[in-house]
Amino acid sequence: MSKKVKFSLYRFNPEVDKKPYYQDIEVELDDLDKKLLNALVKIKDYYDDSLSFRRSCREGVCGSDAININGRNGLACLTDIDSLKQPIVLRPIPGLPVIRDLIVDMTQFFNQYNSIRPYVVDDRPMPERERLQSPKDRDELNGVIECILCACCSTSCPSFWWNPDKFVGPAALLHAYRFIADTRDQITKERLDDLNDPYRLFRCHTIMNCADVCPKHLNPTKAIGKIKEVMLSRAI
Amino acid sequence: MTLPIMKYDAVIVGGGGAGLRAALQLSDAGIKTVVLSKVFPTRSHTAAAQGGISASLGNSDEDNWHWHMYDTVKGSDWLGDQDAIEFMCRQAVDAVVELEHFGMPFDRLENGKIYQRPFGGHMAEFGKKPVRRACAVADRTGHAMLHALYQRNVKANTHFLVEWMALDLIRNDNGDVVGITALEMETGDVYIIQAKAVLFATGGAGRIYQSSTNAFINTGDGIGITLRAGLPVEDMEFWQFHPTGLAGAGVLITEGVRGEGGYLLNCNGERFMERYAPTAKDLASRDVVSRAMQVEINEGRGCGKNKDYVMLKLDHLGKDVIDQRLPGIREISIQFLGIDPVKEPIPVVPTCHYMMGGIPTNYKGEVVVPRGKDMEAVVNGFYAAGECACASVHGANRLGTNSLLDLVVFGKSAGNSMIEYIKSHGNEYKELPSNAGDFTVERLNKLNARTSGESVADVRAEMQKIMQQHAGVFRTQSVLEDGIKKIKEVYKRSQNMFIKDKSKVFNTARVEALELMNTIEVAVATMICAEARKESRGAQAREDYPERNDELFMKHTLYYNDGRGLVYKEVHNTPLTVDYIKPAKRVY
Ligand SMILES: Cc1cc2nc3c(=O)[nH]c(=O)nc-3n(C[C@H](O)[C@H](O)[C@H](O)COP(=O)(O)OP(=O)(O)OC[C@H]3O[C@@H](n4cnc5c(N)ncnc54)[C@H](O)[C@@H]3O)c2cc1C
Ligand code: SF4
Ligand code: SF4
Ligand code: FES
Repeated sequence: MSKKVKFSLYRFNPEVDKKPYYQDIEVELDDLDKKLLNALVKIKDYYDDSLSFRRSCREGVCGSDAININGRNGLACLTDIDSLKQPIVLRPIPGLPVIRDLIVDMTQFFNQYNSIRPYVVDDRPMPERERLQSPKDRDELNGVIECILCACCSTSCPSFWWNPDKFVGPAALLHAYRFIADTRDQITKERLDDLNDPYRLFRCHTIMNCADVCPKHLNPTKAIGKIKEVMLSRAI
Repeated sequence: MTLPIMKYDAVIVGGGGAGLRAALQLSDAGIKTVVLSKVFPTRSHTAAAQGGISASLGNSDEDNWHWHMYDTVKGSDWLGDQDAIEFMCRQAVDAVVELEHFGMPFDRLENGKIYQRPFGGHMAEFGKKPVRRACAVADRTGHAMLHALYQRNVKANTHFLVEWMALDLIRNDNGDVVGITALEMETGDVYIIQAKAVLFATGGAGRIYQSSTNAFINTGDGIGITLRAGLPVEDMEFWQFHPTGLAGAGVLITEGVRGEGGYLLNCNGERFMERYAPTAKDLASRDVVSRAMQVEINEGRGCGKNKDYVMLKLDHLGKDVIDQRLPGIREISIQFLGIDPVKEPIPVVPTCHYMMGGIPTNYKGEVVVPRGKDMEAVVNGFYAAGECACASVHGANRLGTNSLLDLVVFGKSAGNSMIEYIKSHGNEYKELPSNAGDFTVERLNKLNARTSGESVADVRAEMQKIMQQHAGVFRTQSVLEDGIKKIKEVYKRSQNMFIKDKSKVFNTARVEALELMNTIEVAVATMICAEARKESRGAQAREDYPERNDELFMKHTLYYNDGRGLVYKEVHNTPLTVDYIKPAKRVY
């Protein structure tokens, strides 16, 4: 059975448009078009090949298709069309420069990710086999390593909008915690010192937008809280 | 028009597991390296790998690389090259330990060692009983591996060109590879990137089929580019159909489900794999399980209204095991079908998953092609690794978890070969031919100039339909002959594709058209190679030739797209140090 669905799409192509505008479009979808990404692909294939968006895995593991959907950030590939009020208003995720249509420039987001030294540091000579880690210590990384760097969280965070260059933002802070919590990492103190700054960590005002929107059901606020806990316990 | 030129000692096309492992090797050696990727590296499809990476660590069961090698040879239905297989299986333990040292967050056993689970076709004592060999991070192993490799490259300061698409190879008069052309998506500008050594790590091409576990970006660019450069590709008839793709959606449900104790049921509630593979049952090799499922469906024992799928039962594992070891598949199943596997079985069908064939290489990652009498002459400056390459370790059928292993083992070994080659050439770049880039510019101009013709979406849909119908799990002569005719027609149509959007900035319509020009090459190659192989071996199941025919077909297919057609070369039957594993009937 086919159904008609109404969309209002944010459009901007810097080569021709002086400023962004909304394109209203009604699309005929069939039963297999369950997810919002199916609809976007259909629009591009059969209605307007100039609509630009990112996508790859279509199963919520690559983090390409974060979009602002009816005012809320989410992944197109995991959002049920039927759950959405029409017209479905699609905009680029907020706070980052728009390159074209639904595609934003993610440089600042990844710069913040790189700034937390996102890798395990252990400069001791490596054993011949794997380093040991107890299941309990390893479990501490659950709820953190699943992050797909989609930026849904950071681009819903008011503190990140105002200070994307100074505030690390929820996604990168989640990763900061990942390396603080990893028993294999040897530079916890340096990591904490680096974050102990009025902006880098402490711009977070626990507004919780980040945890609300994470499509992987992760909770950056909780990770941020844990970083603060570790800082406190070390200070004493 | 002359294109602007950039220069790097080493160019790596592809930021998935294979490309990132190679990049690390080169960056750590201080070589001026760049990685190009169509997507930000962690968005590559390696992120979708679920079940695990194989290595005979022996953390839970006694194990060793000889058994791993035997299983891989048997899994390949004796089409794998035994020198490359020995190389990979011997390196496996070190490769996985290295990943742990890179920070990959493996699941752990109580004693702190890496957690391992059973997987299809991985057995102890030369095929006697299943063994726990798959090292896992829940059911998100590829995601964890890809992120760890990317993180390590951040540490090594590897240079990336993100959202750049390689378009063509540049070869000089001698046939050596001296660079590539590439499109910067954000600006729409095209460049020549001159290099001493080029590695292709462009991943799979599962998008030739309608129903596939592969991402949108898995369009076989490396294969298309290689063919257009006048080089052959190997064993393209062999496509793995994964037994458990989510019915209707195509999304993968890992074999790890069966590794943890799940099993398949037909509409009678029968655990039918016990009939087809009495020892390994649901953990037989993938080709075996997929065929069994297809037979059940064809003979009317499928489930559902149209009897067109079977059921994967795992609720008996209990919520705790599912949430601890298989949280991702629970999420997928609820997301895409609204079915919670803690309570109900999951509807699954065999789904296109993995390309065993690819760019022909040796175990050092060097691309090797026929030249005169030499069937494996090295193409100077050209390397390939990962799913786009054919080393050939997977032969006619890949074992689960052997691909992630392949990425890191051959990514590293190709990286080492490139270092050696670059160092032996000092500071000199080989000269670019005077017409470098013309071929690419001509292709782009043609596409741009066309204002009417075939739509990209229509051509793609038609290709996928034909591949699904004519090159599926079971194949016959007449179906394949028809398929060749039809796919050649689609190929012709693809020459006349046009896009309405002619803008430069992030024009994804143009990118999709350029991708399809590659994908269609893969589709044609597959159909032609499958028709010519008149035997059943691994993933190639010919109803009209149900037996393996070692006398006529124990050989690799090489396919050219430029009229030279098919050429065959021998399978390597001399392992590096151990005895040849002689062909036997494959029973699981
Ligand atoms: C759903 C799924 C689950 C799987 N699970 C497992 C498993 O559990 N264990 C296992 O061993 N194997 C598994 N596999 C197989 C394995 O994951 C893949 O074979 C492997 O990840 C491929 O890695 P790669 O590095 O070769 O390519 P990819 O990870 O696909 O990366 C390809 C890269 O090339 C880039 N690229 C492509 N074309 C161009 C171009 N023209 N220009 C620039 N860049 C380009 C892309 O941007 C990307 O960065 C699974 C596969 C799938 C689909
Ligand atoms: S909790 Fe902190 S990080 Fe999350 S949205 Fe609020 S301010 Fe941003
Ligand atoms: S924490 Fe969640 S929302 Fe934020 S980047 Fe990671 S996956 Fe996306
Ligand atoms: S397309 Fe990969 S997360 Fe949606």
